[in-house]
Amino acid sequence: MIELRDLAFSYPDSDFGLSITRLEIAAGTTTAFIGPSGSGKTTLLNLVAGILQPDTGTVRTNGTLVTDLPDRARRAFRVAEIGLVFQEFELLEYLTVLDNILLPYRINPVLKLKPEIEERAETLAARVGIADKLRRRPRQLSQGERQRVAVCRAVITDPPLLLTDEPTGNLDPLNRETVLDILFDYVRDAGTTLVAVTHDHEILERFESVVDFRSFHDMGSGSETEEGPAR
Amino acid sequence: MSGPLYLAWRYLAFHRWKTAVLVTALSLILFIPVGLRVLVRQSSEQLTARADATPLLVGAPGSPTELVLNSLYFGSDVPTPLSFAEAEDVAATGMATPIPLYVRFRVRDQPIVGTTPEYFALRGLRVANGRLPATLGEAVLGAAAARTLDVAVGGHVISSPESVFDIAGVYPLRMQVTGVLAPSDTPDDQAVFVDIKTAWVIEGLGHGHQDLSRPEAAAGVLSREGNVVIGNAAVVQYNEITADNIDSFHFHGDPGAFPVTAVIAVPDDEKASALLQGRYQESTSVQIVRPDEVMSDLLGTVFTVERYVLAGALIVGLATLATALLVFLLSLRQRRGERETLGRIGGSPGSIRFLMGSEILLVLLVAIGIAGLLTLLASRYGSTAASAIAGL
Repeated sequence: MIELRDLAFSYPDSDFGLSITRLEIAAGTTTAFIGPSGSGKTTLLNLVAGILQPDTGTVRTNGTLVTDLPDRARRAFRVAEIGLVFQEFELLEYLTVLDNILLPYRINPVLKLKPEIEERAETLAARVGIADKLRRRPRQLSQGERQRVAVCRAVITDPPLLLTDEPTGNLDPLNRETVLDILFDYVRDAGTTLVAVTHDHEILERFESVVDFRSFHDMGSGSETEEGPAR
Repeated sequence: MSGPLYLAWRYLAFHRWKTAVLVTALSLILFIPVGLRVLVRQSSEQLTARADATPLLVGAPGSPTELVLNSLYFGSDVPTPLSFAEAEDVAATGMATPIPLYVRFRVRDQPIVGTTPEYFALRGLRVANGRLPATLGEAVLGAAAARTLDVAVGGHVISSPESVFDIAGVYPLRMQVTGVLAPSDTPDDQAVFVDIKTAWVIEGLGHGHQDLSRPEAAAGVLSREGNVVIGNAAVVQYNEITADNIDSFHFHGDPGAFPVTAVIAVPDDEKASALLQGRYQESTSVQIVRPDEVMSDLLGTVFTVERYVLAGALIVGLATLATALLVFLLSLRQRRGERETLGRIGGSPGSIRFLMGSEILLVLLVAIGIAGLLTLLASRYGSTAASAIAGL
């Protein structure tokens, strides 16, 4: 469960402001954030992930009041509870596919890389169809394959919440469907909550609920909503 | 290997050419001043030690440096010879023991040092295998010379002609190796030691040939007038001194006029040393030098050059360090996105800083390691190489 209350956020030296009185996303559901560029979709994703801190208000994820956590604890929470997938994949070119998938374990001292984790990485890679590419570098892969690697990296820690920012934004229609199949199959099997920022209205049918960021702006600052209008 | 360290290693391995250039540049700027200093200090210590152990050197007028380099380090530049009588004169003063040296010929690249048994005592040279030369035509090899020439006791070495075009020059002499010296880590290791008279035989001042009074040598007789027998070109000359023909070897002329390249004078005491130097001070036919002073002057020049080179290396080093720093900073800037990604997937600022810092640290450590290895090699082999390059 994700709960936002009286949330307000603005960037310094910018006119941008995001204000959400109330938003709740049920655990184990799939939700899409849609809206025009600059409407705050990615910002909200970062607020939920604890990457950004709101000016006011609270974010509670899976019972933890994320906004009250100090930096270190918020980071630990993110490592343990959240997987992130980005539009640009953001894989490290100097690492192999396997090392990219295991990256959270390489950079977080709290995560211990054990043989079973490596086995899990291989299993995940097999599941998304890149088992034979584990020793390759990202630039040797297609766009779709890279995003699959990014998905594996996001779920390697088995997080209960998966946040994806335009996960299919850089993919052709065939790869888009493949990656979405992978994502939805995974969250269904693992019982993971999925929140995806997207511009792509063609994929909205796959989500159980949709939050339209235009509604926040239409309603103005301080408006109250319980999830966006579902399609 | 810890996570960030592993990532740093993978980054450096992936950008291997950039890493190699950085490591090479840093290794060199670390090695050049340190290695040069080690090399110069070590070489100077070796050179000085040998010079200190050689009290006085008498030679023909000319360059004292050339005289010392030839007599102590067997350098290939041969000083003007002086007569053996000068050695006898030193002995006649009763103040010093003369040790004549004739360092002109070579066995391939190894110097032949014609001297007397006192030389081995002066240098503290010990025979590891065999014995010192006892008769004409025998040689004892320095440890390195034996290795280089691949000759052991009982084998032979042949003196090299000075010039292939000089057909009237010295004859190659085949000499029997009677001993090999223990290593001394001095130029003596490289030398082929013979008795001074053997050196004169190589020079052609002494020789052995068929006994013309014997019937089997009749073909070599040009004319016979009473007891005087004149040989012709058919007389067989010996190019090796053996027990069978040693009696036929003889010298023509006054041995006092035979050449030596220098005479080491070992004074009985400090007073004798001072008196001896005073005696030769005004001489125009010979010079007497203190090798330690000559080497001190020479090394003074070397140290001055070293200081200039070090100053140059320091400037180049600073420029290289600045360039390396720029490369690192540009790389960090270029990898801003990577840092953000690592931060978003939970990497702490400390871990990310450690990752980036590890890359610099690894490059520095490898560079320091290589520079250390090069310095070690320089300290072990550098002075030998430097001596070889300098022709000492």
